Amino acid sequence: MTEIPEHLRKRAEAAKAKAAGESAAAAEPELTAEQSEAASKIPAHLLERAKAAKAKRAGGEAEASGSGVATATPAGSPPAAPDGPPLVSGPEGHTQRLLTVVKSGSIQDVKAKPVDKVHTWPHLLVIEFVAALFITAFTTIFSIFVNAPLLEHANFNKTPNPSKAPWYFLGLQELLTMFHPMVAGVTIPGMGIFLLILAPYMDKNPSQKPEDRKFAISLMTIHMMFWAVLVIIGSFFRGPGFNFVFPWQAGLFFEL
Amino acid sequence: MATEIDDEIKKPMPQRVQDQMSQLGNSIQGSQAWNSIFRPGSIFRKGYTDSPRNRSYVIMNSVLYHLHPVKVKRHAVKVSYTLCLGGLSFFLFILLTVTGIFLMFFYRPTAAAAWNDIYTLQSSVTFGLLVRNMHRWAAHLMVLTVFLHMARVFYHGAYKPPREFNWVIGVVLLTLTLLLSFTGYLLPWDQLALWAVTVGTNMMGYTPVLGSQVRFVLLGGAEIGTDTLIRWYVLHVLMLPFVIVIFMAIHFWRVRKDGGISGPL
Repeated sequence: MTEIPEHLRKRAEAAKAKAAGESAAAAEPELTAEQSEAASKIPAHLLERAKAAKAKRAGGEAEASGSGVATATPAGSPPAAPDGPPLVSGPEGHTQRLLTVVKSGSIQDVKAKPVDKVHTWPHLLVIEFVAALFITAFTTIFSIFVNAPLLEHANFNKTPNPSKAPWYFLGLQELLTMFHPMVAGVTIPGMGIFLLILAPYMDKNPSQKPEDRKFAISLMTIHMMFWAVLVIIGSFFRGPGFNFVFPWQAGLFFEL
Repeated sequence: MATEIDDEIKKPMPQRVQDQMSQLGNSIQGSQAWNSIFRPGSIFRKGYTDSPRNRSYVIMNSVLYHLHPVKVKRHAVKVSYTLCLGGLSFFLFILLTVTGIFLMFFYRPTAAAAWNDIYTLQSSVTFGLLVRNMHRWAAHLMVLTVFLHMARVFYHGAYKPPREFNWVIGVVLLTLTLLLSFTGYLLPWDQLALWAVTVGTNMMGYTPVLGSQVRFVLLGGAEIGTDTLIRWYVLHVLMLPFVIVIFMAIHFWRVRKDGGISGPL
């Protein structure tokens, strides 16, 4: 149920009243309309054609309603005053002129399929609000019970064993055990980010359906699992000297 | 006149209070100040009754119109599709900004003062410990949600045309998130911060050709020290947030321009 805006409703009512008033006095202004038509700049042959068409239509209607009795009005004579407001001629009795045909889609993005839409308020905003509340509450409650680490004052003369990067860089630190630092610290992560940026330009498959994208999905899953495994090993399975340990034997060497 | 006052007195008390309240409400809502704050069509001018027009006005006549269209695809509001991960990343960013501003009141980025400031913040500032904890955990959480958001977008194939460039902006945002987290890591100036950053910057020192220069610029010297701290502090509280906000604005704008969120599959 959509509401019609106030000003549009008023305009429609005014137009309706005007049209009704005109049809009541239709017989009289017929002549003036004729004159104004002649005075206007519409080419004569077009006027003739419109008149003929009007007469033909009036005749056809009469035929249809007149139960077989032919009452065709002679062409060129003014058509009988219709009962309702005139449909084809405008308020002044002008014949409308076709200036150009604008095909749909030429100046405006036409949506071939109507899209099922809902109002952002309340449908989306309520969800977002609840999500914001949830994440704030979660962070607050978690922070009440778990304290952020603050170790002793930074000391250049005391290197902790092991020294670990933040958890999201531990995959890179793990690679350091296998490759030259330039490869592990710059080349591999640089390539990773570069490939990630290029992903939409390399993947030419237009489909979004998972069943059509088996290769892309496998590749991404392997890629992410590769980093996840490295981060987990670097976080939990590396002890003093960054040597491999089992956390259930040697304990955790991990700070967030 | 007298009878009017008599009538007024005869009314039961709750009725009189109610009348006065509604009168007060009308005079406030009719005032110039009120009408200057809320634009024509705002739901705060005439009150909200649930109708399709008012539902549109909530968005159209508020600042939210910069973020959301009046209507979205029905499928776009399914939580099971997005898991709200992009939104959560954004909320966490706001939470981090708010808690971070609080922390800035109590922190001096020098090697001599930094650790003591954090320690004092935790022990003698009201809610200091709580707010620092929130800042820390929200930061880790944001790295996680941004990463998961990227995975979600990939698995939905949402990086495909016309959304290719928004994916590129997304990767930039992921990188900026990591940098924001990493620059903040140094600021407590404890053993964890110092040596984690040492490991990280040593790796960057192996950048081909420019390695030692990159490291020098990042550290503000040959070794980590007070100069590094002020450098990373400015990066953390000013420069990177400034850059990430610009990229976020483009990211959100492109989501709308590229036809809303992708799907359904």
